[in-house]
Amino acid sequence: MIKEKLDKVEKLVNSELSSKISGSEIVFEELLFKTSTNEIIDVIKFLKLDERLKFKQLIDIAAIDYPNEEKRFELVYLLLSIENNLRAKISIRLETNEKTQSIVKIFPSANWMEREIFDMYGIKFINHPDLRRILTDYNFKGHPLRKDFPLTGFNEVRYSEKEKKVIYEPVKLEQNYRNFDFSSPWEGTKYLKEIKQTNKK
Amino acid sequence: MKKTKSMTLNFGPQHPAAHGVLRLILELEGEIVEKADPHIGLLHRGTEKLIENKTYTQALPYFDRLDYVAPMNQEHAFALATEKLLKIEVPIRAKYIRVIFCEIGRILSHILNVTTQALDVGALTPSLWGFEERETLMTFYERASGSRLHANYFRTGGVHKDLPTKLVEDIGKFCETFPKIIDDLEDLLTENRIFKQRNVDIGLVSKKDALDHSFTGVMLRGSGVPWDLRKSQPYECYQDLKFKIPIGKNGDCYDRYLCRIEEMRESIKIIKQCIESLPKGPIKTVDGKISPPNRDDLKQSMEALIHHFKLFTEGFRVPAGNVYSAVEAPKGEFGVYLISDGSNRPYRCKIRAPGFSHLQAMDYLIKGHMLADVPAVLGSLDIVFGEVDR
Repeated sequence: MIKEKLDKVEKLVNSELSSKISGSEIVFEELLFKTSTNEIIDVIKFLKLDERLKFKQLIDIAAIDYPNEEKRFELVYLLLSIENNLRAKISIRLETNEKTQSIVKIFPSANWMEREIFDMYGIKFINHPDLRRILTDYNFKGHPLRKDFPLTGFNEVRYSEKEKKVIYEPVKLEQNYRNFDFSSPWEGTKYLKEIKQTNKK
Repeated sequence: MKKTKSMTLNFGPQHPAAHGVLRLILELEGEIVEKADPHIGLLHRGTEKLIENKTYTQALPYFDRLDYVAPMNQEHAFALATEKLLKIEVPIRAKYIRVIFCEIGRILSHILNVTTQALDVGALTPSLWGFEERETLMTFYERASGSRLHANYFRTGGVHKDLPTKLVEDIGKFCETFPKIIDDLEDLLTENRIFKQRNVDIGLVSKKDALDHSFTGVMLRGSGVPWDLRKSQPYECYQDLKFKIPIGKNGDCYDRYLCRIEEMRESIKIIKQCIESLPKGPIKTVDGKISPPNRDDLKQSMEALIHHFKLFTEGFRVPAGNVYSAVEAPKGEFGVYLISDGSNRPYRCKIRAPGFSHLQAMDYLIKGHMLADVPAVLGSLDIVFGEVDR
């Protein structure tokens, strides 16, 4: 049932916005459109305002960091159509310092979501009314959800009895965060795999 | 005419009516609020970053700590997301147990919200009565999972342990007595003159604005949009259960209060049905590569021992892909957008907390209201900072 409905929407959007959509797929009964920064406003506007689609609710915007890829960041807009009981995802890719268009004019609720992405990833949004940090501390430096930001962070906070105020200090850990990497037993450890491969040869 | 200057008031970060650590910068013209700028993040713990560094099993308890008023509902979204990626089916008994505890979570959350909303506008008694019931419900949590709040009970593939025999009976008994408590709360509030004066026509939200501001849950239904994920995109066994979705008419604080009260009654009905038809059988998937073996097998079977060791050190691997799965949490749509790269840790886990969008609309909701309405509106938004700040 859902599959047919999604197929229909996929076809419709692809035919109406053929020049703006660079790809689409349905995986796990979830519909995903790929587009670019320049087209995102038009695509979202179309999905929201079209009488047949009515994706009137922006559920969330998620950012993902792929540090090894050329276009480092991915933004995924999650939309919901209450009338049609359907969801859609729209994905765009961005380079490290690339800016993207804000959609606050279309969905007021995008305001904080974009602020959060700016805070966590340092992605800037053009035409955003109030692009400040939102979740991190005042005067925080860096963008914590980037993959190259250390889990333990840089500064720690404590109340200093001597100075009678809250002070910031570089993180000092008795023991560093230990990242155990257990290789899978079903496949064998690395050295075993290598022996196996050489034996095969 | 005398010139007046608008005044800036700092509400919070520690304020009894802020329901946590919220700093609201209010611009006041006399007693009228001109602008509200919520500063959040005072409870930010970097949950999403932590989850990226933990295995799927280890990531689950973080969800208890989001909306700590209804912990299991949050776990549910994450469990559903991983199950979707793993393509595993949950046994029928586990589905029913999950639904029972989700509805208990809903009642937990609604009791807290309704009574503290009353507290914010000046009624003390409801919270005293309500918290007694919450205590009973949290005992149920404890008897099932071992802890009152941070349950870590909904594991990928089912639930952690089967329910103790007498627990189901006791939950059934609770369902008999609890409607009386709701009646008592309603006696105190629903027709109460002060309560109505403080809530009717306060914080009005129109249908269109509710959609534009990404409202979900009671915030959306209070404005008359019939939308509940349990009905419209049913998960677990909700399609087999009979319940109604209460809808508000005016979209004000009072309607949202009424919706929550009715939802508690519906939850009781759901729990009753689940208890009546609670099937027998396994409570987690039998796939040894995903769910840990039981204690007895560990003593006998070498294979079980290996599985157990590997599951709690390395964890299980999840095939690459990305999914979004959402549940109807007490506060609205709680979603998890999970991206896996095929390893034993989530590559990215975006948490969609309903409170985040609700609090965002604070400026829109409160503009033109009196200062005294701020706590009333904030109360009806049902904000918990665990999930807003993540």
